[in-house]
Amino acid sequence: MKKILLICICVLMITFGLLRGEANTIYNKAATICLECIGLGR
Amino acid sequence: MKKIRLIIQALSFAFSNGYIKGFTAGKIYKGELKNFCHPGLNCYSCPGALFSCPIGALQTVSPTSLYVFGFLFLVGTIFGRAVCGWLCPFGLVQRLLYMIPVKNKRKNLKGHDKLKYLKYFVLVISVLWLRSFCTYLCPSGMLLGAIPLTIISKPIRELIGSTFFIKLSILVLFIVLSIYYARPFCKYICPLGAIYSLFNPISIIKLRVDEAKCTKCSSCQRACPMDIAVYKNPRSLECIRCGDCISSCPHKAIEIISSL
Repeated sequence: MKKILLICICVLMITFGLLRGEANTIYNKAATICLECIGLGR
Repeated sequence: MKKIRLIIQALSFAFSNGYIKGFTAGKIYKGELKNFCHPGLNCYSCPGALFSCPIGALQTVSPTSLYVFGFLFLVGTIFGRAVCGWLCPFGLVQRLLYMIPVKNKRKNLKGHDKLKYLKYFVLVISVLWLRSFCTYLCPSGMLLGAIPLTIISKPIRELIGSTFFIKLSILVLFIVLSIYYARPFCKYICPLGAIYSLFNPISIIKLRVDEAKCTKCSSCQRACPMDIAVYKNPRSLECIRCGDCISSCPHKAIEIISSL
């Protein structure tokens, strides 16, 4: 029961995160070469 | 089970980095799949990467990202740290390196019992607070992102600076360590493993030891790359659910179960 509740909370977190536009933010970062991530440009 | 796991790890690596055009053109995938996080450590600047890195995503959105934490907690609740053992591309790299036959192989670094807690500090300080893990520490980003891109693309090669060499040194360090020690990055540094480890005691998929069959012979511990006495602690935070203990147990006392 506790695990089912935890899974439901996780699904809610994902849903609210999507509604807040977090996936878009991630996409905008991930769809361009992240120079910071690969140690370039510094 | 070892061979099956190797095949699954290889398929996961290939699928996660399946954008072949990226390797030929020196560009990265820009499709819709990048809205989704890979469950393992896979740099989204790898030319072949189809998904986003969850640690990179955490650093990008914020340390309070509901989407990323919700995803990681969901994976952890179901599988615990099994992603580390079965799906993580950098986990596969370390596994293959450890297979290289050299003398003086050991499982753990000196000070292992204290060093294993370092990954939690890396998570809190480097990922959540300073948001600098990807920039200064991550060897996966170097191996799968920086090196292929600097080889393929001249404009990117011209951007090489001091940070590149710092990260390259860290990558080389972990490559050498991984030849002599089992999964040093997973044990001591990986912030993603740190997150998933917290779910090992409560995850749906877990190991169970049949105490009636177990003779405490320690075959499980000898087989375990994380050096866990599975018969004592089948839900250890360090367990990557690789199943090597199951294959090695002469009494078939260990099994993977699922329980809600």
